[in-house]
Amino acid sequence: MAAGATLITFDKVWKSYGQGEATVHALAGVDLAIRSGEFVAIMGPSGSGKSTAMNIIGCLDTPTAGTYSFMGIDAGRLDRNRRAMLRNLYVGFVFQGYNLLPRTTAVENVELPLIYRGVAARERHDLAMKALAEVGLVGREHHTPAELSGGQQQRVAIARAIVTRPTLLVADEPTGNLDTARTHEIMELLTRLNTELGLTIAMVTHEADVAAYAERTIRFLDGHVASDTVNLEMVSP
Amino acid sequence: MIWETVRLSLLSVRRNVLRSFLTLLGIVIGVAAVIAMLTIGSGTTEKVKADISKLGSNLLVVRSGRPAGPGGPGGLDQVVRPLAQKDLAALVAHLSGARAISPASQKQVRVIFGTESLTSGVTGTDSAYLDARDWKLVSGRPFSDSETRSGTGVCLIGETVRQQFFGAGDPEGEIIRVNRTSCKIIGLLEPKGYTGFGQDQDNVVLMPLAAYQRRIAGNRDIESIYVAADDRTPTTELLPRVEDILRDTRRITPDREDDFSIRDMTQIADAMASATTTMTGMLGAVAGVSLLVGGIGIMNIMLVSVTERTREIGIRLAIGAHEKHILIQFLVEATVLSLLGGIIGILIGLALAGLASLTLAIPFAPSPAVILLAVGFSALIGMVFGFFPALRGARLDPIDALRHE
Ligand SMILES: Nc1ncnc2c1ncn2[C@@H]1O[C@H](COP(=O)(O)OP(=O)(O)O)[C@@H](O)[C@H]1O
Ligand SMILES: [Mg+2]
Repeated sequence: MAAGATLITFDKVWKSYGQGEATVHALAGVDLAIRSGEFVAIMGPSGSGKSTAMNIIGCLDTPTAGTYSFMGIDAGRLDRNRRAMLRNLYVGFVFQGYNLLPRTTAVENVELPLIYRGVAARERHDLAMKALAEVGLVGREHHTPAELSGGQQQRVAIARAIVTRPTLLVADEPTGNLDTARTHEIMELLTRLNTELGLTIAMVTHEADVAAYAERTIRFLDGHVASDTVNLEMVSP
Repeated sequence: MIWETVRLSLLSVRRNVLRSFLTLLGIVIGVAAVIAMLTIGSGTTEKVKADISKLGSNLLVVRSGRPAGPGGPGGLDQVVRPLAQKDLAALVAHLSGARAISPASQKQVRVIFGTESLTSGVTGTDSAYLDARDWKLVSGRPFSDSETRSGTGVCLIGETVRQQFFGAGDPEGEIIRVNRTSCKIIGLLEPKGYTGFGQDQDNVVLMPLAAYQRRIAGNRDIESIYVAADDRTPTTELLPRVEDILRDTRRITPDREDDFSIRDMTQIADAMASATTTMTGMLGAVAGVSLLVGGIGIMNIMLVSVTERTREIGIRLAIGAHEKHILIQFLVEATVLSLLGGIIGILIGLALAGLASLTLAIPFAPSPAVILLAVGFSALIGMVFGFFPALRGARLDPIDALRHE
């Protein structure tokens, strides 16, 4: 997808939970567009709908009403398995809690999405080793998560997200569990992936100095987009 | 893809060794029970079949006293009239279709040689006995007719008696004491092993009937007469002839019942064999139930496994696994587990059967068909009982699954 083309569009997207009086609108008619190659930070108070929006962006979830289109595809109306295919082909995920398979080596964790893509074992291994090198984890390939620090585990998770060469990286509070030094290392890595690979990144964060790595900040409030601003003081690595 | 999943499931079995082992336990026990029981069962059947031929095929055994039957145990209503020399003589003279006819009286008696002693089954009989029972001599010679007639103190011994008194040495010509009399060993019987009931058939001493009657029994009675049918005559045909001759010599009027019984050993052996088959079937059913319990165990543990690995399922779904991938992963895992349990169970079952065959002196008869069936069945149990947990895992919502603690 050419840089600058629209990758993601929310058209009056609603996401509601519960019924009647107890209905909660996690998203209440959100309009939003993200272009290919953008690095977007999503901020807002707890419960404002950030994670809900991220799940829809990552094709994990579908809107209750409105249209979510991803790469021009009406992803909100695809069935489970088709969305799984979209995720496998075009989306990488990074979570706050790393979400690596326990007792499984770094390289095996990174190979995982390639297994569901049907890549042969040999090629899978090579690609996984390469992805681990890209995130700076040479020499740690055969360590299990328990043998790695938080920062290193998050690097493994990023390697797993980029090993498929996705179009979009969805990161929900990727530095939420890390100390300041580790946070900046991870942010520098993400920025580099954004500029060098042209990876589109949508990232939730609570911290302003983390958001400062992005080129644009979208603020959520009560299921609405409260503000959408270009970062003038972007951190340049 | 499938192979990949098998590899993955093996990895996960390896990662959870202890739990995998506990999961297997039910299947292991079930399969081990099936294999052990069926193997021991078929060994017993073989043993019984072998015993049939050891009893002497086509053998009738005549005893005094009315046959046991619906009317109650025989001979209780009056004093039993024992079999006598003239009954034997009448059979020898008039019975056609018999290969051998031989009298036998038997008692457990203390046998002594030097300082060693042993309680043996001592049988008084004649030289036709070996033929009737289809027994053979390893060395020496049977009783001569004159020894039989005059009741000379000579005897044939079984392997157990030899080992007790002479080790591996040659017993011929040695004198042993039987009760208060003594006899010279003139031959050694071929070893026959144990019966299906664990009786040592080699702990025996044979001596001429006259010697036995005079020096051990203290009477002239004959306990039983063995009648072996020749090759052309079935025992069912021979039996009424024996009955007719004996009713005649024993002067039993047509209005009275036999005061002796004739047992057809072939039929008894057949009945024993079929009883064993029934037993095997029943034990197999019991083992089948334990396999079912093992299957439910697999289902239970797979449910636990799916719950415990909800987050893992969430991760896999998020990065692009389809429902079928998760389904197959857990199905394969359950099958591999169950199969592993099956194989361990087979090995343990065979070991148990081997042990049983050693201690019970029955042949070790593993059946490839039964083993193959056990392998197939344990795989099937894994698939059947793993399906529901696997489906539950596959249907999880990735968002919920990822949030799972
Ligand atoms: N599965 C759900 N069921 C019910 N309510 C939910 C569910 N997921 C989210 N919510 C509600 O939707 C709102 C937005 O949640 P979320 O998107 O997780 O917020 P954020 O990530 O900004 O903290 C919250 O009020 C939350 O309680
Ligand atoms: Mg959140």
